[in-house]
Amino acid sequence: MTTVIPHPTKSTATAAAPAQLEGYNFAYLDEQTKRMIRRAVLKAVAVPGYQVPFGSREMPLPYGWGTGGIQVTAAVIGPDDTLKVIDQGADDTTNAVNIRRFFAKTAGVATTDRTADASIIQTRHRIPEKKLTEAQILVYQVPIPEPLRQLEPREAETRKMHALEEYGVMHVSLYEDIAKFGRITRSYNYPVRVNGRYVMAPSPIPKFDNPKMDRMPALQLFGAGREKRIYAVPPYTEVKSLDFEDHPFEVETWEQSCALCGAGDSYLDEVVVDDKGTRMYVCSDSDHCRERREAGHQGDGGPK
Amino acid sequence: MYVAVKGGDRAIENSQKLLDEERRGDPRVPELTLAQIREQMSLAVDRVMTEGSLYDPELAALAIKQARGDLVEAIFLLRAYRTTLPRFGLGEPLDTSAMAVRRRISATYKDLPGGQLLGSSFDYTHRLLDFALAAGDERPAAEIAPEAVDDSMPKVAEILDQEGLIEREEPDGDRLPVFDLTRESPRYPADRSARLQNLARGDEGWLLGLGYSTQRGYGNNHPFAGEIRVGEVAVEFAPEELGFPIEIGEITVTECEMINQFKGSAAVPPQFTRGYGLTFGNCERKAMAMALVDRALRARDFGEAAEAPAQDEEFVMAHSDNVEASGFVQHLKLPHYVDFQAELVTVRALRRKAAALRDAAE
Repeated sequence: MTTVIPHPTKSTATAAAPAQLEGYNFAYLDEQTKRMIRRAVLKAVAVPGYQVPFGSREMPLPYGWGTGGIQVTAAVIGPDDTLKVIDQGADDTTNAVNIRRFFAKTAGVATTDRTADASIIQTRHRIPEKKLTEAQILVYQVPIPEPLRQLEPREAETRKMHALEEYGVMHVSLYEDIAKFGRITRSYNYPVRVNGRYVMAPSPIPKFDNPKMDRMPALQLFGAGREKRIYAVPPYTEVKSLDFEDHPFEVETWEQSCALCGAGDSYLDEVVVDDKGTRMYVCSDSDHCRERREAGHQGDGGPK
Repeated sequence: MYVAVKGGDRAIENSQKLLDEERRGDPRVPELTLAQIREQMSLAVDRVMTEGSLYDPELAALAIKQARGDLVEAIFLLRAYRTTLPRFGLGEPLDTSAMAVRRRISATYKDLPGGQLLGSSFDYTHRLLDFALAAGDERPAAEIAPEAVDDSMPKVAEILDQEGLIEREEPDGDRLPVFDLTRESPRYPADRSARLQNLARGDEGWLLGLGYSTQRGYGNNHPFAGEIRVGEVAVEFAPEELGFPIEIGEITVTECEMINQFKGSAAVPPQFTRGYGLTFGNCERKAMAMALVDRALRARDFGEAAEAPAQDEEFVMAHSDNVEASGFVQHLKLPHYVDFQAELVTVRALRRKAAALRDAAE
């Protein structure tokens, strides 16, 4: 019996910049479009958590697959940047590979899977376990930027609610969870309040990652292509997960540790390894796991 | 034995080779040429140009070939190409009353100046599979009529307008900036220019279903097909350095003007209202559906209760684009295992708690 676990055993580290694709501008978008996006980004940074409408372009990748994140990355990336792209915490998931290929091809920038070496990290659904620095930008891919959308489908209404800071409906929804289940049951895309003002969707990261957003030294940019919105959390800005005094926010924990590196404090993926329901748990952040193993940490190898 | 799927460059490359192979099909069958698609799949080309927002039959044919006949995928290809093109400015409004008409019908008048001109249409064919066509297509060419089409074909709405029987179509004012939904994000409530752009690019199936729903009582607006015309119109553009418009080409369009239930007020005596549809090429079904939905979305303008789905501007406009819809529906194929893991942890915790409560009760 072989078990192939979804992790690279060796890092490919930093790949040198390949030649840039001819016939297209640097990073695909034309300079006017990039300027328009940068203006939206600047406004987003100036008003933390506020969703700035922008003239999102049609990209050669499908809507819902990271077009917002790609446009933001294209607008802020320069030839000297080193890009890391992750999906579900890993660099080798197909969509992450595809987006990395897109930028390697259209911008000719260096790419890496090492969190520490990246100047821009584009992510879907995770924040790296390693603490990010002031020298880095984290770009999130966002499917639904509006945290109130599931409670109020109309954009005309939700914009008003944000303007008036009318967030009662969100608190009622969280309270209904408590009344029904005894606890808040939202486990991902857990709403946060930024800088004490705007309620913001952190994108579908697990709530495990929410505390990492708070006062993060790196700039956090959020791009929603299909919904045509950009928003941001500037460095060292307060990001508070919504909760109640008697039901404080808490994150997921596991009884298990990573089967590969033994980490007991990282977000774990559950892998079903046979048809009898045997499971093993491994770090979702593949670079974090590799780094720990290279430093000599070892897990129990999972079920035998 | 369990082998986790490891996404990587090689998997993607191999998948794309397989895709190319399947697109080509059996290599013993001659390959389709773009000219064949353009000439013999012309309605597919027209739909792709319309919803792809780019008038280029050659590129539309290429997109259809590349997408293996999946028209929504072909529309996506054309849009992704279109977005890279520079824009020189706004064209002059098309003058469809000066159209070189190939087909023109009105359901509101038995005869009218210029006459009814059936043109080519599936309408009165018996939908019998033509087995002779399977063997080959050697048909005599259609005969040329002894007299030319009347070059004066006033629009039906203009005839009604002479009597003041239909609302006037007032331009928003010359040279007011037109909303451009490819450059700005939509705002609600939207103005009519934004709505019509959205509907013109909107998915034909979406508009057809919504238009149909208005006929079945969900926001009925009592439509008559005042006029449908298909033909060639001149495209004019006024370059800044010239200061006057010049003709830069000719495109085929389908236009539908619906005449709808009348409205009146203290200031205006009762008159008919309008719904408008326009497409590239020959897309009659789409143009008619568009006109029904356009009128439904004007409910607010006429003080009608907007209670049906087709009258709900944000609902209609936000979900009409098949490139957006297709992408977001299909993104569910992407891995979601981090979020799913979070849900697993939550559900297990809730179940543990429920079990503990049950045990305590026993």
